[in-house]
Order: sequence, then C-alpha cells, then structure tokens
Amino acid sequence: MSISATLPRPPTDDKRWKIVETTMRRNDFQPDALIESLHSVQQTFGFLDIPSMRWVAAALKVPLSKVYGVATFYHFFTLKPQGKHVCVVCLGTACYIKGGRRLFDEVRNRYAISEGQTTKDGQLSLLVARCIGACGLAPTAVVDGKVLGKRSPTELLSALDEALERKQES
Amino acid sequence: MKPEELTSMMEKARADMQAFDHHINVCTESGCISLQSDLLLKTLGDEVKHRGLTEKVCVKGVGCMGLCCNGPLVKANTTLYQNVKSEHAPAIVDSLSSQPVQELLCDTQQPFFTRQKLIVRENSGRVDPESLIDCIAHGAYQALLKVLTSMTPQQVIQEIADSGLRGRGGAGFPTGLKWATVAKAPGTRKYVICNGDEGDPGAFMDRSMMEGDPHRVLEGMAIAAYAVGAQQGVIYVRAEYPLAVKRLTKAINMAHRHDLIGHNIFGTKFDFNVEIRLGAGAFVCGEETALIASVEGKRGLPRPRPPYPANSGLFGCPTLINNVETYANIAPIINNGAASFAQIGTEKSKGTKIFALTGKIKNTGLIEVPMGIRLKDIIYDIAGGIPDGRAFKAVQTGGPSGGCIPADMLDITVDYESLTKAGSIMGSGGMIVMDETSNMVDVARFFMEFCMTESCGKCVPCRVGTYEMHELLDRIYEKRGTLDDLQLLKDLCGMVKQTSLCGLGQSAPNPVLSTLRYFEHEYLDLINQAQASEADRNAAAKGESIKLEVLS
Repeated sequence: MSISATLPRPPTDDKRWKIVETTMRRNDFQPDALIESLHSVQQTFGFLDIPSMRWVAAALKVPLSKVYGVATFYHFFTLKPQGKHVCVVCLGTACYIKGGRRLFDEVRNRYAISEGQTTKDGQLSLLVARCIGACGLAPTAVVDGKVLGKRSPTELLSALDEALERKQES
Repeated sequence: MKPEELTSMMEKARADMQAFDHHINVCTESGCISLQSDLLLKTLGDEVKHRGLTEKVCVKGVGCMGLCCNGPLVKANTTLYQNVKSEHAPAIVDSLSSQPVQELLCDTQQPFFTRQKLIVRENSGRVDPESLIDCIAHGAYQALLKVLTSMTPQQVIQEIADSGLRGRGGAGFPTGLKWATVAKAPGTRKYVICNGDEGDPGAFMDRSMMEGDPHRVLEGMAIAAYAVGAQQGVIYVRAEYPLAVKRLTKAINMAHRHDLIGHNIFGTKFDFNVEIRLGAGAFVCGEETALIASVEGKRGLPRPRPPYPANSGLFGCPTLINNVETYANIAPIINNGAASFAQIGTEKSKGTKIFALTGKIKNTGLIEVPMGIRLKDIIYDIAGGIPDGRAFKAVQTGGPSGGCIPADMLDITVDYESLTKAGSIMGSGGMIVMDETSNMVDVARFFMEFCMTESCGKCVPCRVGTYEMHELLDRIYEKRGTLDDLQLLKDLCGMVKQTSLCGLGQSAPNPVLSTLRYFEHEYLDLINQAQASEADRNAAAKGESIKLEVLS
C-alpha cells in the first residue's frame, strides 16, 4: 500500500508507536481521526510532546498548527508528563456543593502542588475534573484510575498514602 | 440474523434464565464500582461456585438501580439490599432459601421506588449490559425487528411524532419533526449521531444509560437511521466515562457479530454501522455544531446556524443528532405504541424524564418520573427531603445553562414550559439541591467560572463577557463589590445572552439571572457588608489622621 510506504518514521525506536499507528491505520489515516490518534498517544505515553504531535500531523497530513490547536483546546490532553500517580479531584456542581473544594485544598496543601502540577519527585500529579458522573456519591476523587466515592479529606489523603507506598514497594 | 432467529434466541435465553432457582443482581455501574461492587460481584460468584450452586444460582452484574447513595445495591430474587460489602456475600447466599438479611434490607415500598415510572430505565438493573443474550431475553432489538419488517420510514417518523417525544438533551425540540427534516433533506449519505457528551456537572443519566443498557441506545439509533435514511452512526462519548466507552464498544461488537447491526439487518436491505468517537473534555461540544466539528477531528468550535445539521452536518451531509436518553425512548415507543407513550405526562411534555438527584438531599441517585410531577414531590417525597434538619433553599436544574428554583416555587410541575417560566430549564436532567448553608452568589460564581473556562473563545461576547461577569461576581462575593458592579453585572447578562453565537454563551447568564430574580437580597447583603467595612476603614483612616494632627 502506498499509504504505509509514505508513513513517516516514528519519533523514536520505541515499539509502542505501533499502537498509535494501529489507531491511525484503522481510520485509514484520515484527518478526522486526529482526536482518536492523540488519545492513543496520550494513553500510551502519558502525554503529548512536540515530536509526537509532529509525527501524527505528518501521518494524517494535517498541519502541525492544527494538531497543536486541537491538543491545547481539549482539557483532556496534557502536554506535560504526569506523575507516577494521578489524583483527580472532581469539582463538578454536586461535588462542589458537598465539599469537593476541601478535598482539593487538603491535597494541594499537603503536597504543595496546585492544579495541573506534579510533585518535584515526579510521584504525584493533581488534576481537577469537571464531573466524573458519580454525583450520587459526592464528593469524589479518582486515584490512579480508581473512583473513590463519599470520601472525607482524611480518607482521601490516606488513600493517596496507600497509592504512593504501593509504588515504592514495587 | 433472520427475524425468526431473534425470536428463538429470545425464547432460549428466557428458558435458560428460568432454569435458575435464584437470581442475584449486583449493580456494576461507575457509582457502585467506586464502592467496590466489582469485588462484591466476584465474591458472590466465588461463594456460589464454592457451594456448588452454579447451576441453581445466577449471579450477574447489572446497571443502576437508582439509589446510588446507599450503594452498592444488590437484588437477590425480589429482595433489595443496600450498603452491601464483600463480607456479606455468604449471608446473602444463605438468605436465598431462607429469611432475608435484616440489616441490609432496602425498603422497596418507599416513595423513592413507588413513585417512579420506569420506561426508559425498565431494564436498567435487570439486564447484564455486557451480555447481548441477556439483553435479548429482555426484549432488546424487538422494536428494530418490528420497524424493519413491518413499517416504512414515514410510518416510523409519524409514530415518533404522534408520541410527542421531545429531545431530552435540554432544549426539548420535537423529535419527530427533527427526524422528518433529516429524512426530507436531499443527499444519499446521511449520518445519525448520538450525543453522549454529558457535560453538565451534576448530571449522569446518560452515563448510566450507556453503562447499564447500551443495546437500547444502539437500537434507538438504528431505528432512527432507518427512518431518516442513514447508514452510518456515530456515538460521541466523553473520555471521562471509560466504563461507558468500554460497554458501548462491547455492545457494538456483539451486535455486529450477530448481524444486528452491519449489512442487511434481519435480511432486509437496511445497512447500519456505528462507531464511537471520544470527546476530549470540552463542555461546548454538547452544542451540536461544535460536536460535529469535534467528530471531524477539529477543535470544538460552534458555527452559526443555519444551515442546521439536519441539512448540512457531519462532513457536510444531512445529520440527525439526538441525545442518549432520546434514543433510549425510541424502542418503548415502537413496542408499546405512540398512544401509550402520549398518555403519560402533560399536554406539551410527554413521557417520562430521568433526573439525577444530587447535593444536600437524603436520597441521591437516579429517578425516572412522569413529566408533570410536582417539583415538591420529587424533593420531599422521592428524594426524602433535606438531611440534618436543615432547611431547603433552592434546587438547581439544567446545569450551567439553567437556573435555581426557590422554596416558594416548589409547587410548579416538571415540564419544559413550567421550568422555563420559572427562569430555569429542563436541561439534561441534573437536579442539585441546596440547603440554607449554600450561598447563592457563590453558586452563581461557580457556574460563571465554569462557563468562563469552557467558553471556546470564538465569539467576543462569550469569551470576554463571561470573564468580566466572573470578575464582578468574585468581587461581590469577596465583599468588595458596589451597587455599580451589580448594575454592570445585570447589563452584561443581557448583552451576553443576546449576542453570543451559541447556546453556551446565550445561556451562561442564566444562573446569575435566576439567582438575582429570587435571591437578590444575598447580593445586596454582601454589597452592604462591603460598604460598611469600607466606611469603617475610612473612619479608621480619618481617626488616624486626627490622631496624627493632635500629636503634631
């Protein structure tokens, strides 16, 4: 196929670029697969950097400016590497009314990081969600992909302790 | 699959189901899973296996049963249990052939359950969303079969129009009319899109629908596609709902495998394919033209209408966009007839509506109630009122585009017109209850901050207006505001509402307008306090200078 013949080389020799390539191939390298492809990059590598965006742009034949525009328009995409652990505090309306702000403040104060930041040792990132759809259990947080419902600030902090320790052991 | 195969599959699945003596259903939606119901499901399965009861007891994961605050919920035969933990598994298995476990019992005779009317959610909590066979046993794809084998597209559209169904995404546009417009639009390539970008914080009906009964959504889309003449469907889901994405993907694959979607469905000439597109976190993508831009892989910027998507939508083709709940309403309308649907509700708002109850209220979770129910009945009867002996202050409906309804207006009925008249909107169905401890200026500020950060930036009134309004609200809430600020805020509300390009900007002032309408005294209190402390400061400064004079 001419498409694969003209497919530009991935930014590095990392085999995981194949995963992203599969996503793009499944969509016939059409420009409308841009968001899907960026999801694939972020899921595989944790964030979007310029070399990866440049590669996706070339593969889908989309201007780099457009790729950058999309990557920065949507909240879900991040251009910075995330910490080993990620804590997302939901500040949707239901969680806000039920004290989600307090969860956020406690984590922020303890680890001295604000929204979107990662601790200096690269262990923990703190993010804010608009609503994760578990409003019946407000306030909620997500630690390493696991949703925690009806948590007090102390409970959230101990869940974080647990997550951070787990990694150090392994 | 041939028509008779669906019937025989359904009959076989039903017979298999009846072969079990006992059924245990465990809620495995995001809410209950966050309280470890996935572990509970596994423990119950192991317990049954351990006792050699696998042929007698069927344990399965199901969709939401509604009362999320008391999760995880488990239904063992007809008994509902609440707050169930893994360690309760042996006791629940024991109870199957004896007395129920008293301490876990959940009263199914309480108004929360008895006052609901389940049509859209009839199978939620009963079917295993990850099993096509189980869904078919509960009647999935029967409506599609009926439509494809015995109705013309015009008849389908007429049926939907007769039912009086209106869009459940918020604006309440008549669904039949929308379908007819797309059907009439010239063009051979048409699309149907399911809007699963449930961006309103505090609303999770669509998530529940996609996680708990995904085949019903697919079936509704297929029927719509047949009616309007489309072959391709797109489900646009928020990336924040990974479980919904997983279950929809699985549902699509299974339906494909059994030829319920794909080529020549039920041996007819109808082809229909569906793909999932992930959102990436932008509230504005709930607006239909922005959503289409996002499906096309672009930034989610809305564009002026007309042309409407019905004429020029995805890739310039005629496109039908409906919300998840709207599609979920289609199968029951086809199965039970438009007349039975139109019996429910008020003159202009037919059928039922799903609401997400959250905030300072006793029973939080999902309910499905007939349109026209009094707001008071939802708050005090179904939701059980305000906990901790506090007083009700307001209920917020419609998310950042909606408004707050105060206590003395709770007698209004829940339908599109009444809610709009009260200064709010039906919206997608979030209901956030606030008690006396909530400050309404803070609530308005919260929503304005939301709209400010979610504004896509394309048009100036929204981009700059929401920023300025947020600044003013911030100033008033922080007790630095003046009466001039309040007036400016009011002026900006009107300006942003009238001149913004899309629904986001046009409705962004709503939370401010409705809190000003019912709770202006809270704004004035804060301004008075600001003036008082200003006066104090001036007096103190004056005192200081007098002292200095004396000293000199």
